[in-house]
Amino acid sequence: MMTEVTPRARQQPLLEVKRLSVDYVDPSQPPAQALRDITFTLQRGEALGIVGESGCGKSTLMLALMRLLPAAGRIVGGSVQLDGIELLALAEREMAALRWKRIAMIFQGAMNALNPVRTVGSQIAEAIRLHEDASDARTIDRRVGELLDLVGIAASRRNQYPFQYSGGMRQRAMIAMALACSPDIVIADEPTTALDVMIQAQILQLLSDLRRQLNLSILLVTHDLGIVAELCDRVLVMYGGVLAEYAGVDAIYNTPAHPYTQELLKAFPDPTRPMQRLASIHGSPPRLNDLPPGCRFAPRCPQVFGRCHLTQPPVYAITPDHQASCFLVEAQQTREARHA
Amino acid sequence: METTAGGYRGVWARLRRNPMGMIGLVMLAIAIGVAVLAPWLSPYDPDAVVRVNIMDIYQPPSPAHWLGADDAGRDVLSNFLYGARVSLIVGFFASFISVTMGGLIGIAAGFLGGRTEGILMRFTDIMLVIPDLPLAVVIVALTKPSLTTIILVIGLLGWTGTARLVRAQTLSVKQRKFVMRARAVGAGNSYIIRRHIFPLVLPLIVVNTVLVISLAILNESTLSFLGLGDPATLSWGQMLNYAFTRGAMSAGAWWALVVPGFGIVWVVLSCTLLGQGLEQALNPRLTTHHLAGDRTLQNLPRLQLEPTPVEQAGNVS
Amino acid sequence: MHEPLLRVRGLRKLFPVGRRALGRSPDQFVHAVDDVSFDLAAGEALALVGESGCGKSTLALTLLGLETATAGSIHFEGNDLAAAPASVWKAARRHIQMIFQDPYESLNPLMTVGEIVAEPLHVHKLAPNAAERRRRSVAALEDAGLKPAEHFLARFPHELSGGQRQRVAIATALVLEPRLLVADEPVSMLDVSIRAEILNLLADLKMRRSIAVLFITHDLGTVSAVADRIAVMYLGRIVETGAILEVMTTPRHPYTQALLSVVPAPNPRLRRQHIILQGETPDPVKLPTGCRFHPRCPMAVEKCRQVDPALQTVGGTQAAACIRVGEA
Repeated sequence: MMTEVTPRARQQPLLEVKRLSVDYVDPSQPPAQALRDITFTLQRGEALGIVGESGCGKSTLMLALMRLLPAAGRIVGGSVQLDGIELLALAEREMAALRWKRIAMIFQGAMNALNPVRTVGSQIAEAIRLHEDASDARTIDRRVGELLDLVGIAASRRNQYPFQYSGGMRQRAMIAMALACSPDIVIADEPTTALDVMIQAQILQLLSDLRRQLNLSILLVTHDLGIVAELCDRVLVMYGGVLAEYAGVDAIYNTPAHPYTQELLKAFPDPTRPMQRLASIHGSPPRLNDLPPGCRFAPRCPQVFGRCHLTQPPVYAITPDHQASCFLVEAQQTREARHA
Repeated sequence: METTAGGYRGVWARLRRNPMGMIGLVMLAIAIGVAVLAPWLSPYDPDAVVRVNIMDIYQPPSPAHWLGADDAGRDVLSNFLYGARVSLIVGFFASFISVTMGGLIGIAAGFLGGRTEGILMRFTDIMLVIPDLPLAVVIVALTKPSLTTIILVIGLLGWTGTARLVRAQTLSVKQRKFVMRARAVGAGNSYIIRRHIFPLVLPLIVVNTVLVISLAILNESTLSFLGLGDPATLSWGQMLNYAFTRGAMSAGAWWALVVPGFGIVWVVLSCTLLGQGLEQALNPRLTTHHLAGDRTLQNLPRLQLEPTPVEQAGNVS
Repeated sequence: MHEPLLRVRGLRKLFPVGRRALGRSPDQFVHAVDDVSFDLAAGEALALVGESGCGKSTLALTLLGLETATAGSIHFEGNDLAAAPASVWKAARRHIQMIFQDPYESLNPLMTVGEIVAEPLHVHKLAPNAAERRRRSVAALEDAGLKPAEHFLARFPHELSGGQRQRVAIATALVLEPRLLVADEPVSMLDVSIRAEILNLLADLKMRRSIAVLFITHDLGTVSAVADRIAVMYLGRIVETGAILEVMTTPRHPYTQALLSVVPAPNPRLRRQHIILQGETPDPVKLPTGCRFHPRCPMAVEKCRQVDPALQTVGGTQAAACIRVGEA
């Protein structure tokens, strides 16, 4: 039984993902269910935080959106619509035309993926050349300067090599590269994980400014609940490859419905409330090729009951904008209906 | 090179599943078996001259001599089997010397660092630069050619590759955190080398040894072929030498050349295959996939970014 | 008032830039640790906080004897270790242990958990027979929260999760019953949901065993779970110290104020003023004149370029190295 979810009826969403499912196949084993029935939308200019721990599938989700999964990855169901275009139905050639021009991605650890023997400027120029139709060298050059300026790097540093850039500057360069073709959506996969807290603040400020200036939509993948609270409008909490909770940022932090979200919030330190004792969730995230039957969080859930071990709960809508996949939500709704 | 997963037992398990490695291992085992069992396998005493008749030079393969006879009427098959012994003995002993020397120098250079490393590495570089074979030729020619000489010469010239490899691995292990922790606990150099460095360098040495063996056998064959072998023994290289210098080609006696040549190729190939198999068993291409939760070893393939074909493009709303 | 367990005074560790240290002018040194002083009592946890390049890791290595101090003193249980010979260090090492950041790298993949935990016993030649070693290893594993301990003894590191490996590392540190534990970023590579377990474990050990803990991290969010006091480092110096609650609620040094204002808080309704410092931490070779923080300091005045402030007590337990502290 799946409660029909009505999307937020403000405007046609820029990106609509419905029931996206991905497997990893290995000849000697049954397929690993990396993603199951992921559903969310992204409006123009909106920042969506994708939160979860290792193994929850958030990076897989991003790669699937770009159709850049590793060789063993298979999209086995669902739909991804970008401005009405069904991405999963496109031929590779057509998809390649869209990549970078409409959706760009900053990969995890990308700041260490710059080619050390080429100047930063030439690498950004290459990104432009690969995706835009023939432009002359001068236009490209001017664009490189614009991009560097946009991310706060002095344009005169375009002829320096990556080793001459600090970690924070390299990350800015990666952002510049992602913006090369003025995409509508930027996917940032753990953009600040390896950075110091002050540099992290600078990069987050930059992303926030860029979002305003360019009306950019951002998909921010992270395990850091603090960053999500500061930057994002909506949050998708993932666990074991499925959607645990999907709501506006205020609802997630103040009225979380899924036990995983609740526990995660209790485990996450708040520097403005220093004397709180941190809670932890015993056990560890499930392995994708060894998933529990029933709800994937059941083995670690403090509010688990019998049914949780038997079937995976569907996504329930608490309000049209707040969804969670937990039987407790259904129980709550039944109670409310009875008292109505 | 990383030896992960389950220590040495895990390595053996992976080797067993590696077709190349197992083929190489079996081939090498056969060669060793042949050498050991030569007295029982060979139909004739290798030195025995069957006939003295001049017409019996270079007899082609026949029921009496399965692989023919050489220019002195000796059975090629028997000589081949006994020749295996010499070639393999030289190969193993010489490579033992090479690997031991290379291993000691490599570990000392990598671990001690500083001036010691500088001196040892310069010495290694010099030895690398000197061409091995001409030097070997000169040394053997100046001394009395004997099995011992050949073993020593090949052994003492063949350690440089091992030394560099071992040094690099030692350096890599030395800066790993568990070594730092052992130091922080108060462990001394000899403990650290014994308990941490050596076990993690050993697998590399083993792979390297297999390859050094094949090089040593090749070198021995070359030296013997050039006439510098021990005249009292008959190795495959010497069989080639005799065949070459005693007119096997002009007599059309292909068996005198092909048979020892085949033996050399067989052993070198087996070592190469086994070496590759071992290398793969030691460094499984099972990368700890960053999407696989908790980074413990799982059988997920390596991340290669490629465009994804969509299986069920039909599931569109 | 008895002597604190650890008393560090004027500690300096300089690394020469380039090959030879002799004949180099002072400019050519990396001032990794530059005049650091602090005390640590038994059963107390001090958090050492700073960004990369502030010298906290070098400080840890120097306290463990893995780097030799250039100047200053390290009084541990009354003995000055800073210039001590190897024999003194070896004796002291029984009581000072370290936990590293990377749970995947700090365990030898070829050794079983039992062997790893028993290693310190071998090195110090305690527990001569296998039964005794096993007993102590099991005790250490249980103290680190791995139960049933016997189950883990024959396991290899790759069979364990990140959190479990870190517990093995902690058990290895506990087996000698140390008095001081130096934990260098012990949880930053673990998942959020298991960090709290490890932090709570460290806090428990501190209290139950009276182990002093030096907790080194860049993550201000995690310090309050373990630490009683905090010291903030910048470019090799301690710029602020104090009781944890006081420093985190009323930071006095502009750097601490900036750091605390930008640590992300999981509270979307929070409206804070973010003090985002521009640029990056400067090169530790070419230090700024006067106060080393003044180029990035939002409160810098002319005098800051000339005066290099020392830590001065501000109020309560706090001390800050700033000439403008005490103003509004």
